Amino acid sequence: MSLLAVDGLRADVNGKPILKNLSLRVEAGEIHAIMGPNGSGKSTLANVLAGRPGYEVTAGQVSFNDADLVGMAPEARAQAGLFLAFQYPVEIPGVSNMEFLKAAWDSHLAAQGAQPESAVGFMKRARTLAASLGLNPEFLKRGVNEGFSGGEKKRNEILQLLLLEPKLAVLDETDSGLDIDALQTVAAGVNRFRSADNGVLLITHYQRLLNHIVPDQVHVLSEGRIVASGDRHLAEKLEAEGYAWLSE
Amino acid sequence: MSESPIDIVGQEYSAGFVTDVASDTLPPGLSEAVVRHISAKKREPAWMADWRLAAYRKWRTMTPPDWAHVRFPPIDFEAISYYSAPKSLADAPASLDEVDPELLRTYEKLGIPLHEREALAGVAKRSNVAVDAVFDSVSIATTFKDKLAEAGVIFCPISEAVHSHPELVRKHLGSVVPQQDNFYAALNSAVFSDGSFVYVPEGVRCPMELSTYFRINERNTGQFERTLIIAGAGAYVSYLEGCTAPMRDENQLHAAVVELVALDDAEIKYSTVQNWYPGDADGKGGIYNFVTKRGACIGANSKISWTQVETGSAITWKYPSVVLRGAGSVGEFHSVALTNNHQQADTGTKMIHLGPGTRSTIISKGISAGQSQNSYRGLVRTSPAAKGARNYTQCDSLLLGDACGAHTFPYIENKSPTATIEHEATTSKVSDDQLFLCQQRGIDPEKAISMIVNGFCKDVFRELPMEFAVEAGKLLEVSLEGAVG
Repeated sequence: MSLLAVDGLRADVNGKPILKNLSLRVEAGEIHAIMGPNGSGKSTLANVLAGRPGYEVTAGQVSFNDADLVGMAPEARAQAGLFLAFQYPVEIPGVSNMEFLKAAWDSHLAAQGAQPESAVGFMKRARTLAASLGLNPEFLKRGVNEGFSGGEKKRNEILQLLLLEPKLAVLDETDSGLDIDALQTVAAGVNRFRSADNGVLLITHYQRLLNHIVPDQVHVLSEGRIVASGDRHLAEKLEAEGYAWLSE
Repeated sequence: MSESPIDIVGQEYSAGFVTDVASDTLPPGLSEAVVRHISAKKREPAWMADWRLAAYRKWRTMTPPDWAHVRFPPIDFEAISYYSAPKSLADAPASLDEVDPELLRTYEKLGIPLHEREALAGVAKRSNVAVDAVFDSVSIATTFKDKLAEAGVIFCPISEAVHSHPELVRKHLGSVVPQQDNFYAALNSAVFSDGSFVYVPEGVRCPMELSTYFRINERNTGQFERTLIIAGAGAYVSYLEGCTAPMRDENQLHAAVVELVALDDAEIKYSTVQNWYPGDADGKGGIYNFVTKRGACIGANSKISWTQVETGSAITWKYPSVVLRGAGSVGEFHSVALTNNHQQADTGTKMIHLGPGTRSTIISKGISAGQSQNSYRGLVRTSPAAKGARNYTQCDSLLLGDACGAHTFPYIENKSPTATIEHEATTSKVSDDQLFLCQQRGIDPEKAISMIVNGFCKDVFRELPMEFAVEAGKLLEVSLEGAVG
């Protein structure tokens, strides 16, 4: 079985068809990059997988670890091991980052029927991880993403990725707006996360992230479907020649 | 045994049970004869009866206030019974052993450790909280009287204080909230039947939290309790009140008066967790909570702080205030007011700066959900003598959904050229994006809302006695049920 199997997926946003017959398979141990021009449906794919309200599946199947994703509540998908790193992480004032992380982790453990981790042990783990991502542990005491810079918000997403240890990480343009240092930290975090047991779906606009995270496969999305797939050299070709040649 | 009045609140309004005790209730309606009857029931001295009658005559000339941002049909004050006592208390019990077991069971259900023996033996967890419980109009029992007496603290029903400490009651009753202050204060002055009296003598730090627990049981009765707290020079006392009422289809009136008096260097901390029945999801029934609470910082460097967590009542009309007379005195108001379904709240504070160097802080957090309306109304006034007075006001509103309303009515009357007055206000909404972020991390929407709302209220919960802060968080969670989706 595939970690993620998408077959003939069609999805609407506000009644407008965005994904049109999209199929994709991601196996454990693989990194897939999804590239494509603006408006091709890249972020829609990420949001549909995560179950964001307003993104309506109209046809096709999505199975994740053999479970049918369509119709599952967003929190159930997360608890089953599907993680979405946001393009624009939202702020939650007053809720400390640490409290938020602990609540997230507790919900994962509870879904597995496991006992909650001790607060002390979890906090220690979170602090160590934060430091390794170049995030001052003081950030854990502040409100979720509250007053964080763009780079800090993205590092915070990677911190959550490493803490929650999902089976599939979907990164929605996590590289956008990052300077080179932050980009490298984010890439190092993803490389650290990857293993033979999990998969990564990397949605990106630019080839530069793929200099740091080497994908097994690259897919080009255009008008809601995958129009080309290949290895990392496809990304280099896109960088050099743009997307126009695909529609010729 | 549960820890506090509010942790027994279940998924809906689980405090909404009715206790079956025979009661001695006056027929509805208010007249001089009724006022005299109430006074006679309590075998009050003539000065007390006269005081009530004076208030009654003033009340007759007054009209209910109509400036608050709340809507309700006119109240028929002739349809309310102004006195109700459980019958078995007609001859007041001398000790807990004489209290009707049915009543004791009620309090047990509510989680109040009325049994001193249990508490002293360490059975109940709130062993350092003395409780005065008011059931309908009568004070049932006051625990820990002896231990408090050792410290020189007087904590008893006000009806008892009228007899045992008449000089203190006469001096201070109505000194902070005059009879004619407002319509409901006048009504309360005429018909109040019980409440708590606290006196902490000079230099004494009250050795435990004091607590009053109010419950309305009888149908068609109003509850008009009266609380008076006096802290002598250098004294300190922390006081907490909690409230519940059965679920009834009719609206019930609660018009209390609380007066606080702080002398030089004294500090009074007054916390309220108000969980009166809010009415059902369609807005039927619930308590009208029309309350006058005011503290007077008479002495230099005295301090009064109000902390309130208001989740109940169909309509809330209350403005716990501080008159800052003593030089360098401090007033604080920390409030969380949550409204859901069809609840309406118009609440806030008044900080009246009279003395030089007086300071006040106002932190108000309003949360509106469902179709509710939530208003903050606050007054900061400085007199010419209030040299160098300072006020800081922060007023935040949080909206859940599109059908509710949040309103802010700040009034500033500054007559002191050297005063500093700051006001900050924000309105925010729990966004779909915030909810989705939480869900995407595995947190279910109910838990997410509760986490976001608790985060919003953090600054106020910090001011509550620790054992109640957690309970307040749980109470918000329960009150918000059904607010998601």
